[in-house]
Amino acid sequence: MTQKDGWPLYEVFVRGKRGLNHVHVGSLHAADDDMAVRHARDLYTRRNEGVSIWVVRSAHITASSPDEKDPFFAPSGDKVYRHPTFYDIPDDVPHM
Amino acid sequence: MTVEPMAEPRDHFEATIAADQRIEPRDWMPEGYRKTMVRQIAQHAHSEIIGMQPEGNWITRAPSLRRKAILLAKVQDEAGHGLYLYSAAETLGVDRSDLVEKLITGRQKYSSIFNYPTLSFADVGVIGWLVDGAAICNQVPLCRSSYGPYARAMIRICKEESFHQRQGYELLMTMMSGTQAQRDMVQDATNRWWWPSLMMFGPPDEESPNTAQSMAWKIKRHTNDELRQRFVDMTVPQADKLGVTLPDPDLRWNAERGHYDFGAVDWSEFKRVIAGDGPCNAERIAHRRRAHEDGAWVRAAASAHAAKRAERVKEAAR
Repeated sequence: MTQKDGWPLYEVFVRGKRGLNHVHVGSLHAADDDMAVRHARDLYTRRNEGVSIWVVRSAHITASSPDEKDPFFAPSGDKVYRHPTFYDIPDDVPHM
Repeated sequence: MTVEPMAEPRDHFEATIAADQRIEPRDWMPEGYRKTMVRQIAQHAHSEIIGMQPEGNWITRAPSLRRKAILLAKVQDEAGHGLYLYSAAETLGVDRSDLVEKLITGRQKYSSIFNYPTLSFADVGVIGWLVDGAAICNQVPLCRSSYGPYARAMIRICKEESFHQRQGYELLMTMMSGTQAQRDMVQDATNRWWWPSLMMFGPPDEESPNTAQSMAWKIKRHTNDELRQRFVDMTVPQADKLGVTLPDPDLRWNAERGHYDFGAVDWSEFKRVIAGDGPCNAERIAHRRRAHEDGAWVRAAASAHAAKRAERVKEAAR
């Protein structure tokens, strides 16, 4: 979505510290990519919340479907055998 | 626990709320829910933005570099909180520039508390202690609000509000250990801000027609009166410790209820200030409008710069 004054919306992702993934923290408007990174720093990392920031125009994100509940995720729903707890192993088998 | 998909979107919405799960932006939601959320989040965002003014007035006159740096950081946080909230409101399909327009033309409200003036530096401390204290009371339960983006914004905000309240209380403790004139300033500021702080929780429950629906939708978790009582109970021992008197002759511990009893709030004043007739309403909006208009050339220059750079990138690719 682009605002009436023409500044596009960006989504902001912050890596909290080394070893962690970037996590979505919110959004902001900026005239261009550089300004988006600077604004993201001022807005979302005022207290050392991050060591790295990604910004991406919201319009460039492709999402699964208009709601979060649909049959798109059904294929994984009935495959309980993908989980370790599916398998019965006697308690006295070590290191399993 | 996840909610199983349901054929009727309304059933899915109701089941999600019932299971204490969050509603996310692209979920179906009743029009009333969307409208209520937009109104509440926008009003909250506007309050943060207007809330920069009463204390912002004291930045240049802070008594030390330490207090100036703290106040600057606090006012910057208020701007940040406003922006988190505008960003949450936008997930509901509203345009941010529309919200700004509605604020500066008086078509959307903000908290009545920011229409009172800050007459001395003690007001900065009392705002942190009482106004931010009341805001925390209001906002902590909103971290569990049913609308996901709002709840997530509130979590960030609450983490930062704690600094606001503590810096205010510390400022007041410092003044209370100073001269008699300084102690008088603290008492005077407390007298002026106490009742408006109690009004921050909104009208009494029997005059708050939207509360029942907002509670059913889990937008609100407690009624106005419940939160007001919680605030009074929290604040009385803090006032004792500080050595100030809260300006209410009816304030006393009720052992039977396990709460403090307190006097009647002047709701006619609340209505008057909400309707626009507070001490600073016109000034607050005029200031915000002027800041917006004075900033127009900066926004235009940034857009022009971005367009020029985009053009250069295109040319280089040719």
